[in-house]
Amino acid sequence: MPRETQFILSGAEFSYPGSSGKVLSGIDLEIRAGEWVALLGSNGSGKTTLLKILSALLVPTQGSSFISGSSQDDAACGRKAPCAMVFQNPEDQIVASTLEEEVAFGPENLGCPAEEIRRRVTHSLEACGLSGMEKQLVSSLSGGQKQRLALAGALAMQPAAILLDEALSMLDPQSRRAFTEIIASEHAKGRTIVQVTHRIEEIRLAERMLLLKDGKIEFDMPREDFFRMRSEDLAAFGLELPPFEKLCEILRIRGLLPESCAADIGAVETYIYDAFGK
Amino acid sequence: MTLSVNDLSYTYNRGLPTECCALHDVSFELSGGCVLSVLGHTGSGKSTLAQHLNALITAQSGSVAADGIDPAGGADARRSVRRRVGLVFQYPEQQIFADSVAEEISFAPKNWGADEEEIKRNVAWAAQAVSLPPELFPLHPHSLSGGQKRKTAIASVISAKPSYIVLDEPTAGLDCVSAREFEELISGFAGKGIGIVHITHDIELALRVSTSILILEDGRGVFYGTPGECAEFLCSVPVKGLVLPEVLELSKRLRSRGVIDTLEWTPEGLAGRLEEKWQMRTR
Amino acid sequence: MANAYKIALGQFIPADTPVHSLDPRAKIIMVMAVIILLFVTHTAAAFTLWFLLLMYVARLSKIPAGVLFSSTKPVLILIIFTSCLHIFSVPGEKLFSVFGISATKEGFILAFLISFRLALIVMYASLLTLTTSPSRISDGLEGLMSPFSRIGLPSHDIAMMITIALRFIPTLFEETSRIIKAQESRGADFESGGPVKRAMAYIPVLVPLFVIIFRRADNLAVAMEARGYRGGSCRTRLNPLRWRKCDSMAVILLGVLSALIIFGERLLVR
Repeated sequence: MPRETQFILSGAEFSYPGSSGKVLSGIDLEIRAGEWVALLGSNGSGKTTLLKILSALLVPTQGSSFISGSSQDDAACGRKAPCAMVFQNPEDQIVASTLEEEVAFGPENLGCPAEEIRRRVTHSLEACGLSGMEKQLVSSLSGGQKQRLALAGALAMQPAAILLDEALSMLDPQSRRAFTEIIASEHAKGRTIVQVTHRIEEIRLAERMLLLKDGKIEFDMPREDFFRMRSEDLAAFGLELPPFEKLCEILRIRGLLPESCAADIGAVETYIYDAFGK
Repeated sequence: MTLSVNDLSYTYNRGLPTECCALHDVSFELSGGCVLSVLGHTGSGKSTLAQHLNALITAQSGSVAADGIDPAGGADARRSVRRRVGLVFQYPEQQIFADSVAEEISFAPKNWGADEEEIKRNVAWAAQAVSLPPELFPLHPHSLSGGQKRKTAIASVISAKPSYIVLDEPTAGLDCVSAREFEELISGFAGKGIGIVHITHDIELALRVSTSILILEDGRGVFYGTPGECAEFLCSVPVKGLVLPEVLELSKRLRSRGVIDTLEWTPEGLAGRLEEKWQMRTR
Repeated sequence: MANAYKIALGQFIPADTPVHSLDPRAKIIMVMAVIILLFVTHTAAAFTLWFLLLMYVARLSKIPAGVLFSSTKPVLILIIFTSCLHIFSVPGEKLFSVFGISATKEGFILAFLISFRLALIVMYASLLTLTTSPSRISDGLEGLMSPFSRIGLPSHDIAMMITIALRFIPTLFEETSRIIKAQESRGADFESGGPVKRAMAYIPVLVPLFVIIFRRADNLAVAMEARGYRGGSCRTRLNPLRWRKCDSMAVILLGVLSALIIFGERLLVR
């Protein structure tokens, strides 16, 4: 079944007012509903700007952008945002002082009736593992919990797409894992995910990778192809293979691991045990 | 000459309903030229420990001593501890305030009363140590890139020529290339005889750069020893908030199945070990 | 760091009590009324009654008395200053003298009464912010100001500005203490020297503080826009303001108590 289009950019360019240099140029991109897309690139490659164009926070200075409305029409309540964004620093995106008020902020702006807001608040907090904390103060949360709260605030807007702007970079490994699990389950429900990052560890679940360099999309490829890229090629984008993938690469080069073996601990363990152990 | 911490405990909001124990009987010792990594989950007391080392927080019980000086001895003692122990905060925005990079780097030596010649020498030395080119000196620090800002922050601490530096999550939020550069920086400082306390939640990084590792869990020191011992410890005891890195996990599984006989935590190390085994088998 | 947060002065403490659940409009009206009435009463007896009322409401709302008392800290200097002024300037029975200026018994009495009143004002105001979240205060203010929006008062914008300002107070404290620590750790001296020298040491703290606060305000503005904030029009509320019977009861009860206090005082003075 062909999926609906979520975003289309054609010939999009962007430069910040007052500066001559183009942050983005010649961007042609189509993202379909339900895709999980990762935007990768080093600092200053234009990936955050591209994300802001997708969220309609910025408008391309040249070319056109199309952002579709809500993907499915829910008859019960049509008040949905096309997309919602989670930013890098949890401290900078929190508006209210208690958890429920914070999550309610989005639906309030969309004009939902009070019972609907209440339902969404309960539901979003539950999805983000914060249920029962409605009345608590935001300042009593840890960094990881605050970031999940920011995600709950985004989910409450029932967006067709969730945009993540390095949303994991300030979290410790455990919070990162918890956050990724929520994202994965939202993706399974059919939401589009667009994720900006410079760490490959964070995008193991993404389906499609866009590699940006100097404001251009250099590569647009499915996950399988991406994880076959060599570390030298990735270095050009300021990227480094995570240690485990690096290990697999070394083993493949030295002929100790076949190309066919997936870069997965269990698979590698079994292969090596079978080849070496006996 | 050592930086030592003995049975240090600290509780926030003592006596209030929000009371919370941040450190409980933590001890370690660090000599010049060594790297001590402090590993722990968010809220394990890492940052509280860092602030004790620099005398920003005074010990409630137990003691801290930098080259034998205990900051509990009053304002003068605190200042001489700060002189010996430099603290680099997690986010450079928290500590950068001057109008130019040069001014920022010269802030500390000025405070310690160095003369003009010495300040110049120290600034040049510090900038060179973090490979910050002199062209950047007149620029406003906030116009720099993330990596350069962090270098400025570090240069502005080492320009006072401290004997020890405390780095609070120096690689958080940096891209891989800049993070790699910092790793080299850390070993470079140790090579110059500076003692380094490196606070992190990155187990792989800690195993790579440290001479010793301290693991904190809810304010308690649950492990203190060498990287090798630390890898063993992590493989046998689960620690709150720390996830075993994949390479170490694979290494642990292969060892328990008898394929290799030592734990390895770097990709190169494990690959090398496996290659050795393979050659032994095929021979 | 994560769970070791401090309670900033006068910051909302969530709880499920009758005081917390009152309509914020009722609470704002009542606190404003009490503050005005504090200026109508003049005797220690009346102030004691106001104080007892405050303590009773604090108990109802489960706010520890200590938190309420410590909320007067920011005005302590003001209290000491005005007290000194009164002790030495009010004519009357001389008790002792400093540098030829005499302190009087009447001065002491007046200083005590005025300090008492000032402390009560601050504590009543804190009681409002301690039991009402910033968003509720802002909703309440917006509700109270809404009659004026017909004559062009941007009541929603004002209320939202107040909410954001209240939200930034703890941030401001956190950032300030972080910057002070960062500079102190590099040998900046905040401890020694006279008051002027010490005040001067804080100037380098302000520069990064403004940079950081402005940047964060910028980020917050983007985050609010990303969540669909377009100003007051067609915004709905999670907890719409609802004036219930108990709100009217509370206001009436306060009216009766106030009338009793004022009437009683008049009788006493006569």
